[in-house]
Order: sequence, then C-alpha cells, then structure tokens
Amino acid sequence: MRVLLAHRDRDLDLETQLPPNADALSGDLGLDILFAAMAAGDRYLFTVARSTVFASLDDPAAIRYRQAVLADCLEHPDLVRELYGIAVEAIDRERRAWGYASRYPDSLLRRSVDVLGQFVGLLRRLREIGETHAAGFRSVGFRRLFAEIATELDDAYLKATEDHLRRLRFSDGIRMSAELGPANRGTGYVLRRRVGKPGWRERIGLSEAGAYVWELPPRDDAGAQALAGLRSRGIALAADALARSTDHILSYFKQLRAELGFFVACLNLRDGLVSKGEPLCLAEPLDPGRPAIGAQGLYDVCLSLSLGRVRAVANDLDADGRSLVVITGANRGGKSTFLRSLGQAQLMMQAGMFVAATAFRADVRRGLFTHFKREEDASLRSGKLDEELGRMSGIVDHAQPDSLVLLNESFASTNEREGSEIGRQIVRALLENGVKVAYVTHMFDLASGLHAEGDGQALFLRAERLSDGRRTFRVMEGEPLPTSHGEDIYRRIFADEA
Amino acid sequence: MFADLHLSDIIASVTAGRDEYDLAPLFAAPLRDPTAIAYRHEVFRDLENQRAIAVVRQFADRMQGVRRQLAGAANVHYQHERERWFLDAADTYAEAVGELASSLADVDLHSRGLTRFRDHLAGYVASPAFAALIADTERVKTELAGVRYRLRVEAGKVTVTRYEPEPDYGAEVLAHFEKFRQGAGKTYPFDVDRSSAMNHVEAAILDGVARQQPDVFASLDGFCASHRDFLDPTIARFDREIQLYVAYLEHVARIRQAGLSFCYPDVGRTRTLECRGLFDLALARSLIGDGGRVVPNDLELHDPERVVVVSGPNQGGKTTFARAIGQLHHLARIGVPVPGTEARLPLVDHIYTHFAREEHVEDLSSKLEDDLRRIHAILDQATSESLLIMNESFSSTTVDDQLFIGRRVMRQVLDRGPVCVVVTFLDELASLDPAIVSMVSTADPEAPARRTFEIVRRPADGLAYALAIAEKHHLTYPSLKARLDR
Repeated sequence: MRVLLAHRDRDLDLETQLPPNADALSGDLGLDILFAAMAAGDRYLFTVARSTVFASLDDPAAIRYRQAVLADCLEHPDLVRELYGIAVEAIDRERRAWGYASRYPDSLLRRSVDVLGQFVGLLRRLREIGETHAAGFRSVGFRRLFAEIATELDDAYLKATEDHLRRLRFSDGIRMSAELGPANRGTGYVLRRRVGKPGWRERIGLSEAGAYVWELPPRDDAGAQALAGLRSRGIALAADALARSTDHILSYFKQLRAELGFFVACLNLRDGLVSKGEPLCLAEPLDPGRPAIGAQGLYDVCLSLSLGRVRAVANDLDADGRSLVVITGANRGGKSTFLRSLGQAQLMMQAGMFVAATAFRADVRRGLFTHFKREEDASLRSGKLDEELGRMSGIVDHAQPDSLVLLNESFASTNEREGSEIGRQIVRALLENGVKVAYVTHMFDLASGLHAEGDGQALFLRAERLSDGRRTFRVMEGEPLPTSHGEDIYRRIFADEA
Repeated sequence: MFADLHLSDIIASVTAGRDEYDLAPLFAAPLRDPTAIAYRHEVFRDLENQRAIAVVRQFADRMQGVRRQLAGAANVHYQHERERWFLDAADTYAEAVGELASSLADVDLHSRGLTRFRDHLAGYVASPAFAALIADTERVKTELAGVRYRLRVEAGKVTVTRYEPEPDYGAEVLAHFEKFRQGAGKTYPFDVDRSSAMNHVEAAILDGVARQQPDVFASLDGFCASHRDFLDPTIARFDREIQLYVAYLEHVARIRQAGLSFCYPDVGRTRTLECRGLFDLALARSLIGDGGRVVPNDLELHDPERVVVVSGPNQGGKTTFARAIGQLHHLARIGVPVPGTEARLPLVDHIYTHFAREEHVEDLSSKLEDDLRRIHAILDQATSESLLIMNESFSSTTVDDQLFIGRRVMRQVLDRGPVCVVVTFLDELASLDPAIVSMVSTADPEAPARRTFEIVRRPADGLAYALAIAEKHHLTYPSLKARLDR
C-alpha cells in the first residue's frame, strides 16, 4: 500500500538531502518565516515543509498532480486534518506502547500484539472516513488512496488480522522444525503452523506414534530454564515477524503523516495569509524550453507574514520570453523584496503549493540559486570580493542549464567599473548556457550596458520613486537611471543638517 | 632496550590479533648467523608474492577454525555434541590442507623453507590416510545434513517427532502484513541462546532425534574412532611459524601504503653502516593512523667512523632518528625486511640503550648516579661488535658537568669500539674525535617553526635554527648579498 499524495509514482522522501544551497536560499529568501508559518509551532511540520519545498518538482505534470491534491485539501481542510490526526495518533500510540524491551522475545511479542491491535482500530477508522467522504474528493491522488484502502483493508482482511493476533498467543504450545547445526545443536528453527486436525491419539491425551517426549522433572530448575529458552526461540521467530509487521504498518502511517503533513502545513499557511486578506493562487507551471514569467499581485510572502496585519506591496510582472530580468532603481525601493517574491513564487510553484500572488505562471526551472549581498550595507572591505566570487563559483558548480539564478547587488564589493565587468561576463556566460537570471543592481555601468545590448532577451524594471522622492515599494518596467538616489536617504537620515 | 626503542610497541602491533600463535618470542629472539637471516629473507621474498601470501592467509584462517572446533570437542560432555565438534574440526582441517596443497602447487616458490614444506605437503595429501579422512568426513556430513525434526514445546514438556512439511508461520504472518511495507525495514534478530554449551534439554532432544534416526549417529561414532589423530605435526608447526612472516608483511603493507619503503638489508661482517630512507617504524604506524607524514633519513658510517652525534633543535626528530637506527639493527637481526630503500649493516652482538629516565627534580643526584651506573654496566659488557644508543644521557646535571662526563664517556665508548648513536644538545661532543660523525636536525627555512624531521650530516654549529629564521627574512649571507648587489 502506498500513500502517493505528494507524487504520483513515488513516496515523499523526507530523508533526502537538502540541496547544498539550502541555507543560502533560506537566508536570502527569508524562508524560515515561511516554514514557521507552515509548521504553526509543530517541529515535525517544519521539517516536512522545509524538506518538501526544497525538493523542487521540475515536471509540470507532477506539479499539477500535487496541486490537485492540495485543491482537495483546501476544500476539505477538516477531513484532511482528521486523516493526519489518525496517522499522528498511530505513531504516538506505538511510541508510547508499553516497553521497548526488544531484548526479550516475550515482551516484544506482547508489545507487537498490543500495538497491532490498536493499529487495526485506526486502520478501520481510516477506511470509514474514506467510505463516507471519498466522493467529495476529486484529485487522482486522493481517489486512488481511498480506493486502495477500501480494497486492501476490507472486512476479510481485518478479520484475518484478528485471527493472527489470537493465534500468536500460542495457547496450544509452540511448533517448530529444526536441523542439526554445529555441535549437533538445533539450528534453522522455523515456526510451524499445524495443518489438519489432531489425530485420535492426541485427542485422548497420548503422544503421536513414534514421538519422543521429554517431561520436565519436578525441581529441575536448570531444565525449566532450558525449556523456557527453547520456547523463546519460537517466540523470537514470531516476535520478529510481528515486530517487522508492526513496523511495516507504522511505516505506512509515517508515510501518511509525512505526505498529509505537507498539505496540513499548506493549510496552516493559507489560514495565516487569508486571515489578513492576502491572496493566494495555484500557479500555472509551464513546460521548460521557453523562459516565461507572468505574475499579478505578486508579493513577498515572508515579508507579509512578518508584517502582522499590514499587507505586503504587490507587483505585476510580464517577463515572457525574457531570460534576464534586471531590476534597478531607488535604494530601499523594494528591489530586494521583489526579487525575493520572485524566488519564493518559483519555489512554491515547484513544490506544488499555492503561490503568494493573484496569478502566477512560469516555466519550471531545475535548481534555484541566490547570490545576495551578505550585509545590507556593503563596505569595501578587502577580501569581500574574494568571498563573493567564491560563493558565485559554488553556485556555478551546482547550477544546470535551466536553473534560475537570483543576483542581488552581486559584485558590488569592488568599484563599479570592475564589478560591472565581472557581472557582465558572468551574466553573459549564464544566459548563453540557458540559465535564467534576475539581477538586482545599482551598478549603472552594468545595467545600462546590458540595456544597450537590447536584444529583447532582457526585461528592465525599476523601483518606483515618486517625484517628491517618496518610494511606493513597487517595481515597474523602466530603463536604468544613472543614480540610485542614495542621496535621498542620506538627506532623510541627516535631515537636520540641511 | 625494547621499551626505549619502541620495539615493544612494534612487536605488539605486528602481532596484534595473533595471540594464539605466541609470536612475540620469535620477534624478540635475534639470529646469530647471517645464513639464518638469509634463510628468512628467502621466505619473505616468496611471500611478497601476493598469491603466495593469500594462500597462506586462507590456510591460517581455516586452521584457526580447526583449533576452535577441537577446543569445542574437548570441552563438552554430551557424546553426540562432542563427536560433531570433532567431525567439523576434521572437515575444516581436510579442506585447509587440501586447499593449501593445491594452491601452493601453482605458486612460484624459491625459498628453501617453503619448497621443502611444499614437498612434504604433497606427499601427505597423496597418502591413503588423507584420502580416507576426506571420504569419511564427506559421507558423515551429508548424512547429518539430512536430519530434520519437529518440536512442540508446551508447559513442562517437549515432543520430538519426525519431520513433516508444514507452513512456515512466521512467513505467513509477514506475508499478511507485507502490503504495508514502505521501505527496507529492520529485523529483530534475537540471540536467544548465548550459552556455548549444550544444555540437558537440548541433549535430551538430540537423544530423541538419535533414537529416531540411529544409523546416522552410528556413522558419526565410527568416524571419531577411526580418525582420532588427524592433525599432522609438521603442518601444525608450519601453521604457527609462517605467521611470523604473514604478520610482519601485513604490517609492512600498511606502512608501504603511505609511500614508505622497506628493503632486505645486507647484514654481515662489515664495519660499514649505510642506510637510506630510514624511518621509525613505531612512529610511522601511529602517524599513518592519524594521517601524518613520516620523514625518512639517510645514514652512512664508514670505518673508522664509529659514533654518530645527533644535535640540533629540539623537537626536530633527533630521538626518533636514534630510535630508528636501533630498530634497524634489531629488525635486521631477526631476519625481517627493514625500513628504508637500502641498508647495509653489521650483525651486532648486542644492542644497548641508555635513555634519560623521567626526571624528578628532588633526586637529581641519585638520578645522575643511576645514569652513570647504567652506562658503566653497559661499557663493561659492550664489545666492538655492539650497538649503543644514548639519548640525552646525563642531562640531570649542569652543562659543565655534562660536558665533563660526556667527554669521558665518549672517550671510553671510542676505546670499546661499539657503533654508537648519541643524541645530545652538547655540540662539543660532535667534534671530539675523527671517529665521530656529526648530524643535526633541521628546520624549514620558509617556516622555521615547522619541524622538518630531516637529519643531515653537517657540523654541529648550533646555528641551524637561527639560520632558518634569517633566511625567511632574506638576511642570510647569500640573500643579503643578492639584495645589496643591485
């Protein structure tokens, strides 16, 4: 039995390694805020959210499969939370089941029988929810899951399970077969189930014909111990089989918890955003091949989550056919925020989540990389360019032809001429290799140079600045201008000087 | 001597895991005769062939099994159990010997030791007694392997019956729940019975099985009676003695992996001591374990040179160098390959060491007295064929005293004539006599703080370290001249 809610054809794998740039992505895009909102205080959900968001899907069909499951979840949040609750309860009960004494076959067997008995009840509840509500679910994922539960966990199966649990009490003694091993001691013990009915000799209390019977003499303590040891062998075989079986069911519940957990985390996020009036949408993933981004009402979800009741500024973007987006303009004008929202949207879309926008579509990308200036205030410390280029080199180590690279004030730690030249060469190389680049820069030399090339591949945006110097934090189409208006900020900060 | 030269450590690590062979005495006992050394070198060279050593190693593994099984047979008192131990031991032995004989036949051997043993083995394997051993073992084993039975364990009672096929219930349970399995999953193996001996309930069950299938157990009885002494004494001796070679070569292989060399020394009646690429074997082993680097050194001592005085900066590898020379002589004497790319040395009659003992400030005088007594005893016994290693001797007194004592002792050493290595920080000792060679430890000019562990033949001027620092600042004579010459 498989869960298959997150992927059509494989399990959601929480053990998978985070991409090498996960920390950089988290830091640069502020993703810990996103994961925290998805977790809603639950450490497990935090892990699920983080690992799933980082394990980007790069096939539009796979994204749509997960989006469909998510759509069902958005429609039936209470049922989904209930199903999730069953998985959590199963895992919890197993964890709290008496003893972990796997050193003793007897106690392990008793524990397994106990846990399995509880699992049977939870499996039955799972089936009942499916029977009652399956019709309201439309996604392939949920319909398959409910159908499988209905057939695999039918009455006959559950009854057979209870029979096993009863037989495993061994009220009739333990039957085994054995062979002679080293030292002629018994080996290759196999637990056996009797077939057929006991013969007449046995029914009247005699042993089988040709049988050899050894009976424990009174007060033979060593013999009693040896007999118990022999019994333990049989119990151990049963305990192993049943403990493994319990683990199998547990692993099913764990998979269920992981995959439902991701959707519950999405529900948590939705609740947080919708309550403050932020819009959400299911994105339209486009096949790779032609660069495209179309966004309306795109906002920085992490910024919004940290703003309390205030909503974040939203932007529109039409970058169809553009593999380079250059964002210039006023300092503190919302350029970084915009770049972040772009990265978040791409990542959330490729996690099969909803996106923080009223509408969003983009071609899928393999690998998202961020190269952000480390401090907001770039000082010209020596060794800084070295550090920056080291990071850039690390990105190039991992980037693929259809990756998306977000550059934020990159290579600005040297003078503008040198920084621009480095930037130009890097951007050109990336573009020629099919990498999509979004670049926030205040280096006019670089931006105007790219603009002058004007081959239609590039889109130029500018952070809006009103004529009185105020910022709207909106990003509009516009060519690079020779100043970034740092002077404005200076004047505001040093207002009393003037 | 063994402790001072870290030979105890070397022997312990070479013989580690081979306690049962009691090899340490073999590694401690020097050979007195160059031909005996050559005899061992031949065997070593044969075993440097990977195929040869693999064959021997496999044989050794199996013989260990034989000993374990015979020990099993000796320690138990239920007949059916004891006899089975014995059968299994004979089986393992027959396989070990047969395999060894057939593998050795294809191996290129040149040493007198191994070719003679191979001849013996060939004769033994072809003997009718060995053929009978193999045939009987196989027959009884097959019969025992066919024995199966059923048990039913109830309270206070075990019933043994003949085997009938019945479903594997554990497998049935697993199959029933298999559908939930998501991944590999773990198993829960129980080591139910850790006791090594059969208990009386098991013995009773085995008796029951024997009663139900008496022919099989009668065969086993017969086997034990007719093959009581199956172990050939020559083969047993080979099994132990060959481990001297295998153990040492394994050790060598580990150290070679780190790029260090071993060679077969030319040991004999020579007054020349020449070795290249020498290193401390004990240090090499521990450094390689920690990923460290070992620096090999060269040494040459031509008649009439008899004494090496090693001076120079502390922590520069002086003691290590001295130790390596001591180890070299001991290893050469037991006939094993020695550290280095080539070595020529005399077969010394004894190795003496005089190392400074741990210092206790409060009894300096008694320590000096002890040092002097020890060197006195050594000088009483040492001959011109001996080797003497002195390490920071007499350091527990003033420099003037040390110089005084050092000069006197050196004079006596020169009179006695043993080859002698002296580690000291007293430069003066290096120029006492033409028979004394001076070597100094050095430091890297680019990074004087880093130790190079290189020991070079050079007059002891006490400046090696200071020069290195000067060079870093381009203030040595040639550097300074070049800078000024613009």
